[in-house]
Amino acid sequence: MSSKSITDITCAIPLPARDTVLLGHGSGGRLSAELVRDIFLPAFGDPELARLNDQAVVSIGDSRIAMTTDSFVINPLFFPGGDIGSLAVNGTVNDLAVGGATPLFLSVAFILEEGLSMDVLHRVVRSLQVAAEAANVRVVTGDTKVVERGKGDGLFINTTGIGLVPAGISLSADNAQPGDKILLSGPVGEHGIAILAQREGLEFETTIESDCAPLHTLCAEILSAGAGVRCMRDLTRGGLSSALNEIAAQAKVGVELNETAIPVREEVKGACEMLGFDPLYVANEGKLIAIVAPDSAENVLSAMRRNRFGQQSSIIGTITAAHVGLVTMKTLLGTTRVVDMLSGDQLPRIC
Amino acid sequence: MCLAIPGKVLEVADRDGVRTGRVQFGGIVRSVCFDFLPEANAGDYVMVHVGFAISQVDEREAERTFSLLREMGALEEEFPAEESSPIAEKDLA
Amino acid sequence: MKYLDEYRDSTIARALAAEIAAVTTRHWVLMEICGGQTHTIMRYGLDELLPSKIELVHGPGCPVCVTPLETIDKAIALALLPDVTLVSYGDMLRVPGSNSDLFRAKAQGADIRVVYSPVEAVRIAQANPDRKVVFLAIGFETTAPANAMAAWRAKQQNLTNFSMLVSHVLVPPAIRALLASRDNRIQGFIAPGHVCTIVGCQDYEDLAREFSIPIVVGGFEPVDLLEAILMLVKQLEAGDVCVENQYVRSVTYAGNQHAQRILKEVFEVADQKWRGIGEIPRSGLKFRSEYAAYDANLVFNLDVITADEPAECISALVLQGLRKPTDCAAFAIRCTPENPLGAPMVSSEGACAAYYHYRRHVKELA
Repeated sequence: MSSKSITDITCAIPLPARDTVLLGHGSGGRLSAELVRDIFLPAFGDPELARLNDQAVVSIGDSRIAMTTDSFVINPLFFPGGDIGSLAVNGTVNDLAVGGATPLFLSVAFILEEGLSMDVLHRVVRSLQVAAEAANVRVVTGDTKVVERGKGDGLFINTTGIGLVPAGISLSADNAQPGDKILLSGPVGEHGIAILAQREGLEFETTIESDCAPLHTLCAEILSAGAGVRCMRDLTRGGLSSALNEIAAQAKVGVELNETAIPVREEVKGACEMLGFDPLYVANEGKLIAIVAPDSAENVLSAMRRNRFGQQSSIIGTITAAHVGLVTMKTLLGTTRVVDMLSGDQLPRIC
Repeated sequence: MCLAIPGKVLEVADRDGVRTGRVQFGGIVRSVCFDFLPEANAGDYVMVHVGFAISQVDEREAERTFSLLREMGALEEEFPAEESSPIAEKDLA
Repeated sequence: MKYLDEYRDSTIARALAAEIAAVTTRHWVLMEICGGQTHTIMRYGLDELLPSKIELVHGPGCPVCVTPLETIDKAIALALLPDVTLVSYGDMLRVPGSNSDLFRAKAQGADIRVVYSPVEAVRIAQANPDRKVVFLAIGFETTAPANAMAAWRAKQQNLTNFSMLVSHVLVPPAIRALLASRDNRIQGFIAPGHVCTIVGCQDYEDLAREFSIPIVVGGFEPVDLLEAILMLVKQLEAGDVCVENQYVRSVTYAGNQHAQRILKEVFEVADQKWRGIGEIPRSGLKFRSEYAAYDANLVFNLDVITADEPAECISALVLQGLRKPTDCAAFAIRCTPENPLGAPMVSSEGACAAYYHYRRHVKELA
């Protein structure tokens, strides 16, 4: 698959007059949040939607069902460590799992571009099935549409995932309280750097692979380890920073991070230094954060470290009552800086 | 301006009249142009800006000046700053 | 990463800060010239470590911020031409032009590509002979040689579909203009280490002598900047006036001769407009006549109408170190990275953006 040129750069900054959709509206940062706030929430007016968690939890009879939907528009379709198929499964599974649900069923809808190679489709579907088996979910329904050549980037996937939330589990960002600890499941920025390494105009050599992985067992172990789990969030586009800024806004709390506690692999660091990126904003696909009551934190941390996908877990910060809505970080030097909400995607810089 | 970072030269050679090489930055490797630094060799550390090597790190000078800084840091750890300094205020906080 | 991590050492940084506090007996106003240095100061909160008697003001060393409005408008106009591919460094895409920016142009269908190196710009031209490739080449003396190489290589290969829209600015004339200003309060400079890596230290010796002002050539990591500040303060306290080199691992007195040679071959000094500041004589670089075929200004017939900057924007004063971003009434209220009134709020190197992204809590807590 030929690597796409950097024409598919993503928008960094919007303009005041929002008369058109910009690429930045999809990058998971401030612009995306505006779109939700200004168009979607007012239109649907749903209280569950308004909680803005990664998944919705609704009651049907005595059962609590978690439901999530996601679309995958990634380019390139295949990358070190995964592809759009495995991403579609893991991304959906993770959205359910961080809500405390056991992921059970997926729907998968394909939008295929006319002219897409059958072989590519085979590979994606096979990868999707392997990932579904690994995550213990069944793909029970689907759909296919084909769009004209030039309108589809090859292949888009939309999923809906359904799971069951056990009684007694009620996770939400607004549960977070001052004093709570923030736990991170491992080094950040791997997925974003793995993708960037292949972009024309930026290419570099690296052994970094996407961290794309199913986190349902990690989530289950977190929930068994301690009663004080307030919420979990899987980190995706917009990185660690977006997830924390969202929680700070939803829960109306402040966040204080410790820079020395946040793990970043050497390769990710090298790439970020070269391009002028901040690893806190780089995409992940197999990492989560858990907000945990202070007396449960150590137990939960030990449980996370026993899981295959949480071996490098660490406590990276605290929820605070100060500077509500703002995420701050104690730097390597012990001084304080703000970890701002991303406005659009980061762009490589020379200055 | 001028984001330039240090990297280790893995290899460098003349190719079609242009001097290029591969430089390692903390685990990733990128091709770099050595037209401004033709004398650099594998094993050297260079500063790279927009894909061009612009200087060779003077390792001896760097070590000499840094060892002075290191000593300063060691002293600071043994005998932390006076109460009147702003840093001490933060330590007490 | 070697030669990077050690210069972020917390103990050494604190030791330097303590030493600065120990030797400072009075108020000193220092300017770090380079936007990258401003970025480090804000991102690592170095202002928190310094004694209050040391006042840091931020300089105009942000080539993105000072690229003339006309150049941005021209780039947008070119990008919108159907047969043009505009190639640019990522930094430029966010900068507001008179009524648009390169991203909005992209949303309207312009073929705009981001590159990390000018080498890639030439490669894109080679790979797309049916497209007219225009490279928006900006920068200070650090980047100009690499940009020059793009033109040099294009000429070597007789590329007919490649041209460059250049905006190169030179640091010493800007410093001279700042020092000559009646409102100047700056008593010492931290010179830009990567610019000096290319051009050497001679120009700064001339400035130091002419204005009797100490200058230290500084690097970009926290320890570099603190050490440079210490060296400057020691000079000021002793009444010394000279140029010292803190950034010895990269800067030599003579600079990089190969890079200097290519600059002379491709460019010549010219008058240059600095956005927010105005025209500074002999402060820019333009193509020599032998390279006319690669000058996008000559290749394309462009007439752009440039608007006035928003009245509320005080970027002119910020770039000259006469005001801090937090002195601006619109800062973080009407002027944010999403809705910038001027370039320094958009560029990652701009003082306003640095304050907004890293230090906003200081205002919040006040």
